[in-house]
Amino acid sequence: MSQRYEMRFSGSGGQGMILAGIIMAEAAAIYDNKNAVQSQSYGPEARGGASKAEVIISSQPIDYPKATGIDAMLALTQEACAKYCNDIKEGGILLVDSEEVKNLPRGNFKTYSFPITSIARDELGKTIVANIIALGMITELTKIVSHEAIEKAVLARVPAAFLDLNKKALQIGFEKAKAVKV
Amino acid sequence: MAEKKKKLLQGNEACAEGALYAGCRFYAGYPITPSTEIAEHLSVRLPKVGGKFIQMEDEIASIAAITGASLTGLKSMTATSGPGFSLKQEGIGFACMAEVPCVIVNVMRGGPSTGFPTGPSQSDVMQAKWGTHGDHPVVAVAPAYVQEILSETVRAFNLAEKYRTPVMVLYDEIVGHMREPIVLPEKGELEVIDRIKPTCNSEEYFPYDDKYEIAPLAAYGEGYRFHVTGLNHKKDGFPTNDAKLIQEGNERILRKIENHKNDIWKNEELELNDAKIVVFAYGSTARSARYAVKEAGNSGKKVGLLRPLTLWPFPEKAVEELAKRVKVIIVPEMNMGQMIVEVERYARGKCEMKNPDSQAAGILLGKEFYYLPPHQNLWCGGLHSSPVKEVLRRPRSKERGLRRAFRSRWEVYNVNSSCSKKR
Repeated sequence: MSQRYEMRFSGSGGQGMILAGIIMAEAAAIYDNKNAVQSQSYGPEARGGASKAEVIISSQPIDYPKATGIDAMLALTQEACAKYCNDIKEGGILLVDSEEVKNLPRGNFKTYSFPITSIARDELGKTIVANIIALGMITELTKIVSHEAIEKAVLARVPAAFLDLNKKALQIGFEKAKAVKV
Repeated sequence: MAEKKKKLLQGNEACAEGALYAGCRFYAGYPITPSTEIAEHLSVRLPKVGGKFIQMEDEIASIAAITGASLTGLKSMTATSGPGFSLKQEGIGFACMAEVPCVIVNVMRGGPSTGFPTGPSQSDVMQAKWGTHGDHPVVAVAPAYVQEILSETVRAFNLAEKYRTPVMVLYDEIVGHMREPIVLPEKGELEVIDRIKPTCNSEEYFPYDDKYEIAPLAAYGEGYRFHVTGLNHKKDGFPTNDAKLIQEGNERILRKIENHKNDIWKNEELELNDAKIVVFAYGSTARSARYAVKEAGNSGKKVGLLRPLTLWPFPEKAVEELAKRVKVIIVPEMNMGQMIVEVERYARGKCEMKNPDSQAAGILLGKEFYYLPPHQNLWCGGLHSSPVKEVLRRPRSKERGLRRAFRSRWEVYNVNSSCSKKR
C-alpha cells in the first residue's frame, strides 16, 4: 500500500457525502486496522451547495489531514465534480453519477460514469441510499478496504430500521462496480 | 492498541470526552460553528453522569454560569468560537480576578467578526492572551490531534483546578471537525487533579489568603461563607482601595502562573538536535509542519520542529535556547502573523525569522484557503517529491501594503540561501 491513499466524496449538501466519508474512514481505521483521517468541507447552507468529505488512508501515522493528490473521487453532482476534480492524480479514478454529471472532466485518470441515484430509486425505492451504493462501488473499484470492513462500518452507522436496505444498497454497489470494471 | 476501545471520533467529541474524563459536571454554552458538537455531545452525555448541561441565552451568560457553577464546587466548561470568545472576555477577566477554575474552549474559525464560520484559523491566539482587560494570568493549551484534544482538555482542567484560574483550550475548525481513530483512556490512565478545599473552620477561612500561593477554594453550600467580586479585594474577598493590597493581589495572581511555568509548559520537539532551520508551529499548522520536517529529514535536510502544546504562558525558554543555535525559525500560522511576534521577542535577534503568512496565501492562490492551510502553500516541497527547502513567500517589496499584497502573486523563496544573508 502506498504511503497515503486519498479519497474524496463530493456532492450536494444533504446527499450523505460526509457520512460516506466517515463510514470509509471507520472501515479503514476500525475494521481494517489502518490509519485514517476524515475531514470535510461544507458551506453555511444546511442543504444544497457543494459539499465534500475527504479520507486519507495510510499504513503510517497521518499528519497532513487534507487531500492533495486524489486517488479516488466520487462526484454525485455536476457542481461538485467541476469544483473538486482538479486534484485527482494521474492514474486515479473518478466515479460520477451519469445522470447528474454530463460534463466529464478530462485528465489522466479513469472515469466511471454510472446512474447511481436512479439505481437507488429504481431498485430500492429510495434515493437516500445513493451514497451507500456509491460506497460499495468505490470499495469494489479501489479495493482500499475489504468488503467485510465496509459492510461492518455501514451497518454500525445506519439506523437499525434500515439495516437491510443499506446492506442491499452496498451489495448493489459491489455488483455494479464489478460489471463496469470489466 | 486495544481493539475494542478504538473509536473514530471527531475532535469536538474528543474534547467533550476529555472534559467528562477530567470530571467536568457542568457545561453552559451557546452553540456556534465550529464548536457546536462539543455542546451536542455533552448535552447527551452529561445528564447520564449526573452533570448539568444548560444552553444559555448567549455567551456572556455562559461564562457567568460556569464561573458560578465552579464556585459551587463543580468542574465546569464552556465552548465557543471567535465571536463568542469576544463576548466571553469580560467573564474570563472576572474568573482570573476571582481565581475561579474553569475551562473555555475556543474552536477557532476565520475572523474578524462573524468571519468564516466553516473555515479554520488561528487568529485568536493573541486574543486568548490579551482579550480581557487588565494584567491577568493566562493559560492556554493548543492540541493538534484528535487524541491530543482529549488529553489536553484533561490537562486544561487539571491546570485550572491546580492553579485556580481559567484555562483556555485553543484549536481550530480542521481538528475540531476532523475524525481520527482514538483510544479512550481507562480510568486512572491520565492524571486527574481536583482542587484543594479548606479544612479549617468557617470563621478562619479566607478565599484569598495570602499565606498560600494558591489558597484552597471552598464550595458554596458546604458551610463556608465568603465573598467573590471582580473588584480588587482583601483576603476575605471584600473590595479594597488599599494600594498596597491591590498591588500584592495583582502580583500574586500573576506569580502563581509565572512561578510554575515549568509545570505548565509542554512542547513536542522533533529533530531539533542539529537543525539549523526550525519550524515553530502549533495546532493543525503543526501537522503540516511535522510532515514537512519529516520529508526534509528523508531528503537529508536538517530541519526541526518545535511544537508548543502550551501556548500561554509562552514557551520562552525553549525559544530562547533555540534561537542561540539555529539560523532561522519559521513560524507558519493561520493568521497574519501573531505568535511570530512573541517568537521574535524571545529570539532577541539571535536568528532570522520567517513568516509564510498562510491565511493570505490561500486567498492569494485563489483557492479556498481552508484546503491549504498547512504546508501545501507554505512548503512547496512538503508533500511532493521536490526537496523541502523552499517556502512560498510574498515578494518582499509587496509586503508593505496588504491590499497590494493580496493582488500580487507569490514567489518561491529559498530558505537555504536566505540563511547566509542577514536581514
